[in-house]
Amino acid sequence: MQTFFIIAILFFGFVITFQIAKASEYVSVLRGEENSRKQNNKINAFLLLAFLVIGLIGVYYCNERLKGKILGESASDHGEKIDIMLYITLAITGFVFFVTQILLFWFAFKYQESEKRKAYYYPHNNKLEVIWTVIPAITLTILVGFGIYYWFKITGPAPENAMVVEVTGSQFKWEYRYPGKDGQLGKKYYKNVNPGEGNPLGQIWDDPFNHDDVYSTGEPLHLVVGKPVKLVIGAKDVIHDVGLVQFRMKMDAVPGTPTTMWFTPKYTTKQMIEKSGDPNFVYEISCDQMCGQGHWGMRGEIIVETQEEFDRWLASKKPQYALAMEKMQPAAKPASTDSLNKQSVDTVKRIAAINK
Amino acid sequence: MSNNATRHGQTEIVTTHEVHHDEHHVHHHKETFITKYIFSQDHKTIGKQFLITGIIWAVIGGLFSVLFRLQLGFPDTKFPILETVFGHYAAGGEIKPEFYYALITMHGTVLVFFVLTAGLSGTFANLLIPLQVGARDMASPFLNMLSYWFFFLASVVMISSLFVQTGPASGGWTMYPPLSALGQVNNGSKLGTDLWIVSMALFVVSSLLGGLNYIATILNMRTKGMSMTRLPLTIWALFFTAVLGVLSFPVLLSGLILLLFDRNLGTSFYLSDIVANGQILPNEGGNAILYQHLFWFLGHPEVYIILLPAMGMVSEILSVNSRKPIFGYMAMVGSLFAICILAFLVWAHHMFVTGLNPFLGSIFVLLSLLIAVPSSIKVFNWLTTLWRGNIRFTPATLFAIGFVSLFISGGLTGIFLANSTIDIHLHDTKFVVAHFHIVMGVASFFGMFAGVYHWFPKMFGRYMNSTLGYFHFWVTMIGAYLIFWPMHYEGLAGVPRRYLNLAPWHNFNKFGELNKMITIVSIIVFAVQLMFIFNFFYSIWKGRKVRHQNPWGANTLEWTTPIRPGHGNWTGEIPEVHRWAYDYGKDGREFIPQTEPIGKDESKHH
Repeated sequence: MQTFFIIAILFFGFVITFQIAKASEYVSVLRGEENSRKQNNKINAFLLLAFLVIGLIGVYYCNERLKGKILGESASDHGEKIDIMLYITLAITGFVFFVTQILLFWFAFKYQESEKRKAYYYPHNNKLEVIWTVIPAITLTILVGFGIYYWFKITGPAPENAMVVEVTGSQFKWEYRYPGKDGQLGKKYYKNVNPGEGNPLGQIWDDPFNHDDVYSTGEPLHLVVGKPVKLVIGAKDVIHDVGLVQFRMKMDAVPGTPTTMWFTPKYTTKQMIEKSGDPNFVYEISCDQMCGQGHWGMRGEIIVETQEEFDRWLASKKPQYALAMEKMQPAAKPASTDSLNKQSVDTVKRIAAINK
Repeated sequence: MSNNATRHGQTEIVTTHEVHHDEHHVHHHKETFITKYIFSQDHKTIGKQFLITGIIWAVIGGLFSVLFRLQLGFPDTKFPILETVFGHYAAGGEIKPEFYYALITMHGTVLVFFVLTAGLSGTFANLLIPLQVGARDMASPFLNMLSYWFFFLASVVMISSLFVQTGPASGGWTMYPPLSALGQVNNGSKLGTDLWIVSMALFVVSSLLGGLNYIATILNMRTKGMSMTRLPLTIWALFFTAVLGVLSFPVLLSGLILLLFDRNLGTSFYLSDIVANGQILPNEGGNAILYQHLFWFLGHPEVYIILLPAMGMVSEILSVNSRKPIFGYMAMVGSLFAICILAFLVWAHHMFVTGLNPFLGSIFVLLSLLIAVPSSIKVFNWLTTLWRGNIRFTPATLFAIGFVSLFISGGLTGIFLANSTIDIHLHDTKFVVAHFHIVMGVASFFGMFAGVYHWFPKMFGRYMNSTLGYFHFWVTMIGAYLIFWPMHYEGLAGVPRRYLNLAPWHNFNKFGELNKMITIVSIIVFAVQLMFIFNFFYSIWKGRKVRHQNPWGANTLEWTTPIRPGHGNWTGEIPEVHRWAYDYGKDGREFIPQTEPIGKDESKHH
């Protein structure tokens, strides 16, 4: 019913506007087209000026309403650099925005058609054109300079002492692998992937580095405050993207081509709860690359904690190698096809659950 | 709009030269309905065919956006009418994710390619190139006709993909593999994507046939005296657009063919190490990022293919209606050229976070930000064109001014995104959506509207209703800013694109009211576009008749043809050109058409 009313209102609005427009055409013929044209010209010139003034007020109002909703302070060292770059760019483009928009609408209003004025024949002026080629060029040099400086800082190699965590995306979940005591992730091969046999990531068990690697999914990713972390990012099926809003970081997860990014978390989750005054605050991992129909719900969480808390948590986890061996020992039946089918059924259920 | 004001400046031009080699003066061949309106080889009719097909597509693409805006603005509301129309795609009156992603994919594809490429440059290149360079038709009218009909075929295939059982392509308009390559991970990647690829292949053929024709016509078929530096800026813009298309569309086609192979022939160009839905695929050694390089090698020039014709028309319309020459003609041509070159050298700025080598990334930062230089030259030149003019606000002028405003706003946010450091945070967020909709979507639409209002009298010998035109402009202008300005804030908060519901997200789920407002405004704006279309078709048959050959008092050649030109455009000889197109307000004369010889006492040419 509501829909019907909306459609009816739109329809009548349509008809009425059209009738008015047509009538105005007849009126203008009666009153003399030249007169009504001049009148229209004045009205539109005024409206352009009004648009400028109201628009600028709107820009201010919009900022007042929404500035509290964009992210607060960045929670990583790299994020700080990105924020500085953002503010430099905002200052420069903001200045250009106001100057050019004001000139545009002001000129339009000021130089509206008038019988008293003749348009000024002014085809070119080399000096002016050089000025507005050189000034933007210099400004952009500054932006490029800062931009590339920060870019190399952020994308440069991770520090030696960085902890390594592997993040793997698949429709529509995140899986994590921690290197364990040896600090090294073991090798893997995608054809070994077999969740039914306790090998969801396809680790190669012959590689001893794999023996202490801890696998985790369905629970938050654990990171240590103040300690650089290098994420090794991959995907099993399609391209995903690890997006970390508070850390201002983002990197695609590409099947077949591992990527990396590193940063240093500045605040623990607890500190962020205090800082933001939001008791439910949580660091989130969002998938930022369209990955299928569950894309919008492909969510992960991160807990940033102290080294002791992290160590305690990691100690509570069994390496995946041990879990897989337990699984294999009691009944050494080749469960491969079964488990694969089961897994795909699970995935379908997951999608159904997400999309319900 | 009266013509009296502009009439006094015009002088009757008698061209007495006898140098035209063009023998066929008027085409008197018999024309049936079919040869005249359907399989027509007249560039003007083909232009109209492109325009009307583009309009149909724009309604479809726009309607799709209204549908997914409903989901975004009212994620918890049910609209039973949707189920009535779309069946299980909207079971219970809610848009299903599968349907949502099909809608956004088709919205992007349709508007980028079918409306703003074919509908915009197809229309105005066909209409304006022969008329403004002084040619009776395109270099090859037959290929030109084929160009439209390939576009038509592409449209038929794309439409048909909407009706296949597994649904249309739904991997996003960029169609990144592996998502687009594997049917088992996405329903839309089944038959729908094959049809999408076939349709795009036909589209590329259409665009190449058109583009080669435009280039050949502009280079070879200019009338006597029409040197390249006397061409109106519309023609320069359309020329560079065609060059961009001819050089970049084949790369897209090659990328799509490889995708087709990966999908159907078991090759591994883009596929490697994939466990799709529990199934281990045999493909190894491919590279998913390769596709993105091939795609964006077209994809970035594509945004200029969309934007340049709008820039050209806006330059022309601003100059005509401010009764002043365009400021810095050579700088305008030079900046178009610079944009055209740079367009080929910036594609990887869409890929800063794909794991691209950071050094390579820094090169693309430099080249991408470089585009701001020619862009700012253009903006300042437009501003100076308005300065001390005597501006007539026709609907076309208003849309041209709106274009400049949007181009500034959207161009400046491009400076954020082209800088890889900031792009890390803003990549694939709503900020990107807001940026490219303003600078390439809405701005190009404004250029297109300006062109339609301005050249409607030439196309149909009638005027569009200008009151509706003003109404159309103001609602669209205000609406465009209301929709896309606040969207930047969502992006700054990190809200990713292509999320159909923010409810699961603690950090994003705070823009409910804003999204509601955006949806309501977009419905209103869409309704007003329907009104524009009504005005368009109504005016074709019932609009006020044009009684003056040169209603806007413009200098360019199209206004020297009869009010309703036949096939061949000029009844007598093709006029000769003696000056550039922008002698407005010179020596106290309001305007001096290009066909008028330089007078003895005339002040020195520009």
